[in-house]
Amino acid sequence: MDLQSFFNMGGYAGFVWSAYGLTAVVLIANWWAARRRESEELISARRRTQQLKESRT
Amino acid sequence: MWTWLHKFASPPHAYRLLGRLAPWFGWPALVIILLAAWWGLVRAPADYQQGDAFRILYVHAPSAWMSMFIYVVMAVAAGIGLIWRIKLAHAAAAASAAVGASFTFLALATGSIWGKPMWGTWWVWDARLTSELILLFLYFGYMALRASFDDPQRADRASAVLAIVGVINVPIIHYSVEWWTTLHQPASVTKLDKPSIAIEMLYPLFMMIVGFQLYYGWLLCRRLRAEILRRERNATWLKEGI
Repeated sequence: MDLQSFFNMGGYAGFVWSAYGLTAVVLIANWWAARRRESEELISARRRTQQLKESRT
Repeated sequence: MWTWLHKFASPPHAYRLLGRLAPWFGWPALVIILLAAWWGLVRAPADYQQGDAFRILYVHAPSAWMSMFIYVVMAVAAGIGLIWRIKLAHAAAAASAAVGASFTFLALATGSIWGKPMWGTWWVWDARLTSELILLFLYFGYMALRASFDDPQRADRASAVLAIVGVINVPIIHYSVEWWTTLHQPASVTKLDKPSIAIEMLYPLFMMIVGFQLYYGWLLCRRLRAEILRRERNATWLKEGI
């Protein structure tokens, strides 16, 4: 299979590639959102424990 | 058994365990999804009726599968949380909702993109498509209901009831192509007799489903950790070990 016909997808290029592209976008967005949410919670938890330590001393 | 379960469900233990488990889901998921995409786009032969457009199957069907699978996980977790009052189960349900909604959106969108060249329309109000759209609204409703409570325990209980009631929609989606006449093709893989799809077309499909499944496992690990941190913000174990 040559590269030209691979990208052409038998005339369905627009449909096939937009479906796969959208899938990639949604999967990557999920990865990003999960990482971000976890790191945000971690930062706020650390800040909170830090504050508690400081208030005690 | 019960002591083991309680230890497992204790927040600090679960938090650390999820952190250790995550890479065992994440890396295999990445490899398998890329391999399945390559197989589906390059190696699998073109369909004799649909040509290369059928390759959308390899992202559409796994997304649709995940949209229902995650909803069932969510409802079962919510049920466990409601019956045995396990907070971790509620947290797992809450952590799943956004992921499930995104897969439902993906199933609808890729189905629409596939429907245009094959059926000649982006959308029809038939049973399969409508029930899948209802699933998306159930996810949205679940998330909106959670967000409307300040008290996490009340949010857990109220949203759990919605998740459990809404699970009735899952078999409706699955059987919609048999109960009503629809444009959507009937199941070709999950039939009791032999699947009516060529084996070499089937491998990348199963691989993609396994890959998505593992990816959901990774996402659940990460989101559940975030959820535990948020719920345990005043717990003493947080002061030692993060």
